[in-house]
Amino acid sequence: MATTTSRRAVYEQKRKRRSIAVATVSSLIVVTAIVLLVPRMPRWDRVRQSFFNGERFRDSFPRLLDAFILDIKIFAWSAPLILILAMVIAMARNSRSPALFPVRALTIAYTDIMRGVPIILWIYLIGFGVPGLGLDRPWNSPLLWGSVALVLTYASYVAEVFRAGIESVHESQRAAARSLGLSNWQTMRFVVIPQAVRRVVPPLMNDLVSLQKDVALVSLIGPIEILRQAGIEKAKFANFTPYIGAAVIFLSITIPLTRTTDYMMERERRRTTGTRVR
Amino acid sequence: MTTKISLHAVSKSYGAHIVLHGVTLAIAEGSVVTLIGPSGSGKSTLLRCINLLEPIDDGEIYLDGEDISVPGLDANPVRRRIGMVFQNFNLFPHMSVIENIILSPTRTLGVPKAEARLKAMELLERFALADKADSYPDQLSGGQQQRVAIVRALAIEPEVLLLDEITSSLDPELVGEVLDVVRELKASGMTLILATHEMGFARDTSDVVCVLDSGHIIEQGPPSQVFTAPKSERAQQFLQSIINSGRL
Repeated sequence: MATTTSRRAVYEQKRKRRSIAVATVSSLIVVTAIVLLVPRMPRWDRVRQSFFNGERFRDSFPRLLDAFILDIKIFAWSAPLILILAMVIAMARNSRSPALFPVRALTIAYTDIMRGVPIILWIYLIGFGVPGLGLDRPWNSPLLWGSVALVLTYASYVAEVFRAGIESVHESQRAAARSLGLSNWQTMRFVVIPQAVRRVVPPLMNDLVSLQKDVALVSLIGPIEILRQAGIEKAKFANFTPYIGAAVIFLSITIPLTRTTDYMMERERRRTTGTRVR
Repeated sequence: MTTKISLHAVSKSYGAHIVLHGVTLAIAEGSVVTLIGPSGSGKSTLLRCINLLEPIDDGEIYLDGEDISVPGLDANPVRRRIGMVFQNFNLFPHMSVIENIILSPTRTLGVPKAEARLKAMELLERFALADKADSYPDQLSGGQQQRVAIVRALAIEPEVLLLDEITSSLDPELVGEVLDVVRELKASGMTLILATHEMGFARDTSDVVCVLDSGHIIEQGPPSQVFTAPKSERAQQFLQSIINSGRL
């Protein structure tokens, strides 16, 4: 019956209206407080001049955008390599053959070491260290070795994500596959990995969002990408506004990515768990 | 009748816990052998050992007189001759029904995809599942899922089918449709070994009933004898408890 409203529905509506009202009022209070209070700080004018200078923003923005193309490039060639290397590491770590014990030990040591040192340090060590061996062009490019450092470190994080996915596939799935005469490898390839990858797409996206930002770290060993370009722009007029420009450009990529990730996580949660408890 | 599978003094333990104590059993070709017994008595482990999913510690398992329990033996060709169906169906949730069925024929037997699909459809039709070919396991009822799991096992044309408590996780009203499938398999002459708690079904359908208790076969024979005149005291107790609970 569409015309009569149940007392449950009436209650829900009332509750919904109430929570919208509360949310609106509280948001307004916070925003007003920021707008009114921050300009009252003693040096606000100076900060506004050096961080939110419209002219500097408009002037530097196109060059920042140009420099950002390099970030996208580094991301574009690193991400696939990371996924491949991570899957290889995860599978090696999950191998059950006793003959592969050294490989398993090696992958454990690898993930421990790569994850235990800050990424920035790896970029310095590999980015300066390897070209220091006296390699010739193009093999001494900091861009190349900076990317290699990103790939090696991120692969160790992503490998753990894949490993969690592989281990989350129930043993009974393997038993069913093996009982059908599939080999260990075929079981992995057709039964375990497809299910594992599906389950870890959201955390995987999380890591890719992080990678998107960490690409900027490569600038510390030379390549002029957006962060370094912003530094150059800043130096011209001793004005920090280009950094705000760089932040805006990063956000324009990372926010849609994170929103999509959250949406996918929510969808996966709804799919795998039952009704939500309030 | 020729012996299809025979177990000779098969022992299996997990750490200090002994699951099977020197089990000896011969299964004739085309016969239906039912394993009954309390939970934890070793029924499922016995089936998993025959399928080589669990290595045995001692004894031998023969298939057509050939020792398949030799350590280091390639288990895959053996498993293609012995199908297995599990209590929780274990269908692959990321594959449609038809994909579940043709996975092993196409990947392990090298059957061309079109031919495998054709054969899978025949099997699905035989078990009244043809309209579910493109459904995913989650979209099916428990009974339908279990029937698909049986079809999947049959698709590799096994000589023996192991059925591990295949009705235990089904709603009572769905048990019948799965048991009908088992009856049809028996009629088609397939060798079946099943672990079950469906005592009425065991009594009516089996050629041989084995009562397991703590890893020993304590009673073995035709159902008429095992269910009415068990020799051992422990088997008498077990059957009495089943009768008392109204399950026979």
